[in-house]
Amino acid sequence: MSAAMEAGRDCLVVDDSRVMRKAARRLLEGLGFGVREAEDGEKALVACREAMPDLVLLDWNMPVMDGLEFLRAARAEHGAERPLVMLCTTENTPERIMQALEAGAQEYVMKPYDSEILAGKLAQLGLLQDAA
Amino acid sequence: MTEPGFAEIAALVRRRAGIVLTEDKSYLLETRLGPVLQRFGLASLRVLGERLRAAPGEAMERAVVEALTTHESSFFRDGRPFEHLRALLPRLAARKAPGERVRVWSAACSTGQEPYSIAMLAHETLGAGAARAVEILGTDISGEVLARAREAAFSQFEVQRGLPIRALMTHFAQEGARWRLKPELRGIVRFEERNLMADCGALGRFDVIFCRNVLIYFDSPTKTRVMEMLARMLAPEGVLYLGAAETVVGLTTRLAPLPGERGVYGVSAQRAAA
Repeated sequence: MSAAMEAGRDCLVVDDSRVMRKAARRLLEGLGFGVREAEDGEKALVACREAMPDLVLLDWNMPVMDGLEFLRAARAEHGAERPLVMLCTTENTPERIMQALEAGAQEYVMKPYDSEILAGKLAQLGLLQDAA
Repeated sequence: MTEPGFAEIAALVRRRAGIVLTEDKSYLLETRLGPVLQRFGLASLRVLGERLRAAPGEAMERAVVEALTTHESSFFRDGRPFEHLRALLPRLAARKAPGERVRVWSAACSTGQEPYSIAMLAHETLGAGAARAVEILGTDISGEVLARAREAAFSQFEVQRGLPIRALMTHFAQEGARWRLKPELRGIVRFEERNLMADCGALGRFDVIFCRNVLIYFDSPTKTRVMEMLARMLAPEGVLYLGAAETVVGLTTRLAPLPGERGVYGVSAQRAAA
């Protein structure tokens, strides 16, 4: 459980819903992550410039700058590797998912999700040790 | 305190499925057996227990066993065996004569996530030739879960358990609210209803057997019996994957862990030589 904490993993949760950010924060902190929050893509870009997170958990539909615009801007500014980006959205069609992957997202979670789904994906991204 | 009906239900599940239902699991009875009570018009677990003692009938016994033996599953569960198989599968395939297939058995496959994970892995390692190189058999004691497995259609929740998003995009198509495995992978996997307590020898020899997180529910004599059957059904250089919490130690000498591996077993050297 503390695998992420020992490594000091840091996640930026980007979502315009305060309730959603809170829920994600609770799950991520439970897995040992340090969590920062941003309520739109523009604020998320600023947060990445301040300190590069290991992971951005990224909602799609947000005011000011949406998730995909953030993703493209972050890739243009910081390259393909960092930060790792995992979409976390109600958008669930193959077309939308492919769009995000082609824009450089590493993973994708369809809402609603639970801690098991989140932990499994984090382990696959190498951000958590497998709970073996 | 023992739930009313618990003794009868536990006796039935032990007799038919070899599963030891301990009292600390009695909380499961109500949630799992609710639909069974409804289906047979029974008011409570106590009434079910009485019926099982008096005049059970095949349909009712079956329904109870199925309700208590099905488990939630996920894709690529516990990762490690699949990483091992990823390296092993091309070697097994290369050793086969033309027209011969690598035979894989997923014992107690529930709703199909395990055999379909193996099918995805076969497709990734062997390419489009996977269907000619590998055959995968999934068996389970429950006809109900096998019906679901054959459909190969999973909820949004289910396809997010263990399955990387790229695998979902490559191997599944969205059908309404569900995601269905593509036909070319469904075609590699076949399903049959089997009880591991019975002799499964007629299924033939296998190069790879997955039997994970099943034996933990059996008592020791049953564990030994099942493991010795698996050993007989394993090809001389085949491998058996057990669950992370399972071992052969003290149960059989016919199977031995592969050196340096955890949860991976082969037929014991002395037995292979015999």
